Amino acid sequence: MPTPTPSTTRAALLVLADGRFPAGGHAHSGGAEAAVRAGRITGAAELEEFCRGRLHTAGLVAASLAAAAALGVGPAPLDAAADARTPSPALRRVARRLGRQLMRAARATWPSAELDALADRFPKGAHQPVVLGLTARAAGLGAEDAAYCSVYESVGGPASATVRLLSLDPFDATGVLARLAPEMDLVVGRAVEAAWRAVDEGVDVLPAVSAPLLEIGAEAHGGWAVRLFAS
Amino acid sequence: MHLDHTHTHDGPSAVGADAHRPDGSRRALRIGLGGPVGSGKTATVAALCRALRDELSLAVVTNDIYTREDAEFLLREAVLPPERITAVETGACPHTAIRDDISANLEAVEDLEDEVGPLDLILVESGGDNLTATFSKGLVDAQIFVIDVAGGDDVPRKGGPGVTTADLLVVNKTDLAPYVGSDLARMAADAKAQRAELPVVLQSLRGEDGVTAVAGWVRERLAAWTA
Repeated sequence: MPTPTPSTTRAALLVLADGRFPAGGHAHSGGAEAAVRAGRITGAAELEEFCRGRLHTAGLVAASLAAAAALGVGPAPLDAAADARTPSPALRRVARRLGRQLMRAARATWPSAELDALADRFPKGAHQPVVLGLTARAAGLGAEDAAYCSVYESVGGPASATVRLLSLDPFDATGVLARLAPEMDLVVGRAVEAAWRAVDEGVDVLPAVSAPLLEIGAEAHGGWAVRLFAS
Repeated sequence: MHLDHTHTHDGPSAVGADAHRPDGSRRALRIGLGGPVGSGKTATVAALCRALRDELSLAVVTNDIYTREDAEFLLREAVLPPERITAVETGACPHTAIRDDISANLEAVEDLEDEVGPLDLILVESGGDNLTATFSKGLVDAQIFVIDVAGGDDVPRKGGPGVTTADLLVVNKTDLAPYVGSDLARMAADAKAQRAELPVVLQSLRGEDGVTAVAGWVRERLAAWTA
């Protein structure tokens, strides 16, 4: 008789994946504000293309870092790997700031020795996906769960920011996310596969795809005097 | 129930409401200032800095909606050295940053204590928001809600979490009351009815007393904090 799949962590996954999890994400647009200003996002159709591009580039990289951290790959090499995959200094600062904020929320929510050690090693924050992976471990979640949180954030952030930036119909923005769901599943699969390879072969085998417009846009956005979002 | 859960407190910056810093010293008292747009929050912060800066070590965190204007106003007015003023970006939602997701503000207050401390007092100013915007107890130890007579003398009667629950309600710009047809006595009576024993200060920063009453309330809070 088959034993039922244990589902004891599913609720923990929802807690971590919830957009209301208090880890600072609400103040960031994931590059959407720069894209809106540049005229690249004017409605739901362009938002979908923007999110698709982000999902397959920065989203895949972040998800593989998170999955590798969840599998126990060392946070220091992963943080260095994240640096190497993030050309824009502005985006590196944002990633570390969000990592620090997540670290605080995670340590208060799921206290763990590994998170304490991470905070000692990176008091001003490690890259957010690395912290996310260790948070998943502390919450009893696996690599696939960490990757799912990461890919969902990579598109959910820009979608909700665009609702505020363009007064976009929120049903249209949520429809974009729903249409991207099958692709999110695929990206999670790739990220977890790469993370397992990194366990044996080191962090260099993790994906290193980039989105130059996101990097350039982030540098420009960082210099604006008036903006709604921190990035 | 969780008497053994001090293990979450021994690392740096784990829990925002902790009264002690990682090195065991008592952290600064944190007072939040919220209220509607244009009610005089930044002017009150500036006046408090001028009134208290010679007797206390203090710093300010601002939460602007989409600019750094409040921080820049304080810098321009030179109420404190620039390293004692930090601006937090709120993604267009100051109430989220001061209530629902306080992580960026906690980081700002802790960085200020690390970099310019020891501090006695940190004022955390919210960007102008609506009447329901209140500060999380995980971020501040006490909060001041600032409204003004020109925003309508029915605001105290309407109530809302800011008006009814703030530790101090300030009705600002009393000098304008005759010009905007606001009834100060009615505002005071309505505020009293909404707030029972919680204090209310009617203030004009242009008047002789200025911020004196609010500064006195802050001193009392600080005395209780350090007692």
